[in-house]
Amino acid sequence: MLSRGSLRTAQALRCAAVQQPLAARGFATVQSDIFKPSQFGGKYTVSLIPGDGIGTEITESVKTIFKADNVPIEWEQVAVSDFGNVAQAEAAFRESVASLKRNKLGLKGIFHTPIDRSGHQSFNVALRQELDIYASVSLIKNIPGYETRHKDVDLCIIRENTEGEYSGLEHQSVEGVVESLKIITRAKSERIAKFAFAFALANGRSKVTCIHKANIMKLADGLFRSTFHATAKEYPTLEVNDMIVDNASMQAVSRPQQFDVMVMPNLYGGILSNIGAALVGGPGIVPGCNMGREVAVFEPGCRHVGLDIKGKDQANPTAMLLSGTMLLRHLGLDDHANRISKAVYAVIAEGKYRTRDMGGESTTHEFTRAILDKMETSL
Amino acid sequence: MLSLRAFASPLPRQCLRTAPRAAATWSLSRSYSSANDKVAKYNGNKDSNGNYLVSLIEGDGIGPEIAVSVKDIFAAAKAPVSWEPIDVTPILKDGKTAIPDAAIESIKRNKVALKGPLATPVGKGHVSLNLTLRRTFNLFANLRPCRSVAGYKTPYDGVDTVLIRENTEGEYSGIEHVVVDGVVQSIKLITAEASERVLRFAFQHAEAIGRKKVRVVHKATIMKMSDGLFLKTAERVAKDFPSIEFDAELLDNTCLKMVTDPNPYNDKVLVMPNLYGDILSDMCAGLIGGLGLTPSGNIGDECSIFEAVHGSAPDIEGKALANPTALLLSSIMMLRHMSLNEHANRIEKAIFDTLAEGKALTGDLGGKAKTHEYANAIISRL
Repeated sequence: MLSRGSLRTAQALRCAAVQQPLAARGFATVQSDIFKPSQFGGKYTVSLIPGDGIGTEITESVKTIFKADNVPIEWEQVAVSDFGNVAQAEAAFRESVASLKRNKLGLKGIFHTPIDRSGHQSFNVALRQELDIYASVSLIKNIPGYETRHKDVDLCIIRENTEGEYSGLEHQSVEGVVESLKIITRAKSERIAKFAFAFALANGRSKVTCIHKANIMKLADGLFRSTFHATAKEYPTLEVNDMIVDNASMQAVSRPQQFDVMVMPNLYGGILSNIGAALVGGPGIVPGCNMGREVAVFEPGCRHVGLDIKGKDQANPTAMLLSGTMLLRHLGLDDHANRISKAVYAVIAEGKYRTRDMGGESTTHEFTRAILDKMETSL
Repeated sequence: MLSLRAFASPLPRQCLRTAPRAAATWSLSRSYSSANDKVAKYNGNKDSNGNYLVSLIEGDGIGPEIAVSVKDIFAAAKAPVSWEPIDVTPILKDGKTAIPDAAIESIKRNKVALKGPLATPVGKGHVSLNLTLRRTFNLFANLRPCRSVAGYKTPYDGVDTVLIRENTEGEYSGIEHVVVDGVVQSIKLITAEASERVLRFAFQHAEAIGRKKVRVVHKATIMKMSDGLFLKTAERVAKDFPSIEFDAELLDNTCLKMVTDPNPYNDKVLVMPNLYGDILSDMCAGLIGGLGLTPSGNIGDECSIFEAVHGSAPDIEGKALANPTALLLSSIMMLRHMSLNEHANRIEKAIFDTLAEGKALTGDLGGKAKTHEYANAIISRL
């Protein structure tokens, strides 16, 4: 499995290398990347992949609320994977990929990746690589009425999803000496930079910060950074700067208000999206999505499986609900999106029903019920 | 460790035949023959006055000013330390950045050095001086404690974290190449040997500072082999320290939990590969108010260098506005490393009391005091 994975990555690398002269042409605009699938019988079909941990509970909440609002979406649910059973997990993964390829749109929970499962990549990473959903977006913003240590945080983390440290290329040279390859290509760096700039323009944001470690990894991160600045010339209205990742982490916990859109390679994205989630109140409230040219998958922006609270009816469905509303906006169903997100925010702001991670006592069901009630009364 | 003993038995050939794996472990763990061998133990000598000699790199910019504060305070506290100022202005030796031989000699002789901020000369092909020092003396562990300062309010209270970072390999191995134009490979190197060394130091440091828990931060779900090796080595080393509780946490979770609430980390020592350590230690500094308040120690088998990790701030050079706290706290770490705990505790208490009182704070902490006024306030408490 690993060797096959490596082979695939190697092929992808070779393709990227061969396409090099075309790269600048190949990644035209984000507008052309974000396309809309067609409706059938007035309804969109969307893959629903609950994933592991709390996935089933929070997707159940989304389904209930979407149904109550008569959202024109037909879910194509993929069986819940049981990571204890490798064959079954593999089957669930293949089914997810097939379903996403068919529907082009998905709402997804997180797959659990055990450390000891040898010889096979994380399903989350494999899925992103297979579907080439290259841009991960996490929206980190304070929810009104929910106080955390930091105020007025409103930043957006855009993370390259398909290469970098998560290439999956590793080998042991001799016993006790391991090399792990981080791959950075100009083509993919340019693609993610363009996505970030186009995203900033489309969402009325003014500043894009490139996060890197080019002072140490002079070639790899250096390429990412120089490509970012070269691409920035095509977007003269946006303010651009770059920052070293350790400094950015320090700034994020002391003055997070200075950031707007941040774009970075894979691993740093993982680190900063977690720091960011902690600033505004945890992974339960940070929505996100993964965009590709063909497929868009919406999933919680700070990817936590939540195995510890699985099945306890304690999970916070907010991140999944807000990711769901992002999906609705992506489809142009803004009315539904607004109604749902308004109800979610109103329930949180009132503070009567909050899940445990937000300092409340409500169960997932009670919280969902409260949102449904809110939607009813505000009609 | 068991396999090692078996190998040392009078029938080595047989062992080789029956347990070929043991041979490999043996060659790697040879340098740490028993768990009691202390990694990076200080064994400096006193001079004729009964003082330990310490190499002092004052550094650039505000370096000399803050070094004066440290010297004054040490003198007032009667710490048995003599300073040997050295110059590390880099030279190019065979086309490579190197520090002058006299400086290397001094640090090798004294085994310990205190270092102010250095400005890396730009555009002369110099590698960062910090990196050069680290390589020259093989400083394999970077020790970064962060403690909330009572006089300086941040969104986080009561932070008291200890991070140890592997300093020689990992993502900063410096092995990179362009495969074809536009495709770069950067190699993260993890070896059992370097991992074991830093992990052993982490456990010993936990014992030394009286913490009962050591936690490895890793990303072995994705980097199964490299971080997996680090994690496996940790599990092996942990068996030699039964009195210390050992666990592991995914990097993502550590970031999330630390920024949500750093207090559960107050009873732990965190140890991790290079890049994660670099990012997390600066993030912890952010929790307590920045690099001006955080000490740092670079620990090696032979020598150790304690330093302030903030910049040389050339804009306020010579204006007596600099805050010497980071260098002072580093010097206290140095005293503890030299087992001069009594002096360390006294000076540290004076510093924290002065900061808590808040009357003589430097400009960066919102006060009006000059560097020497702040130092004098500390001296008056000794």
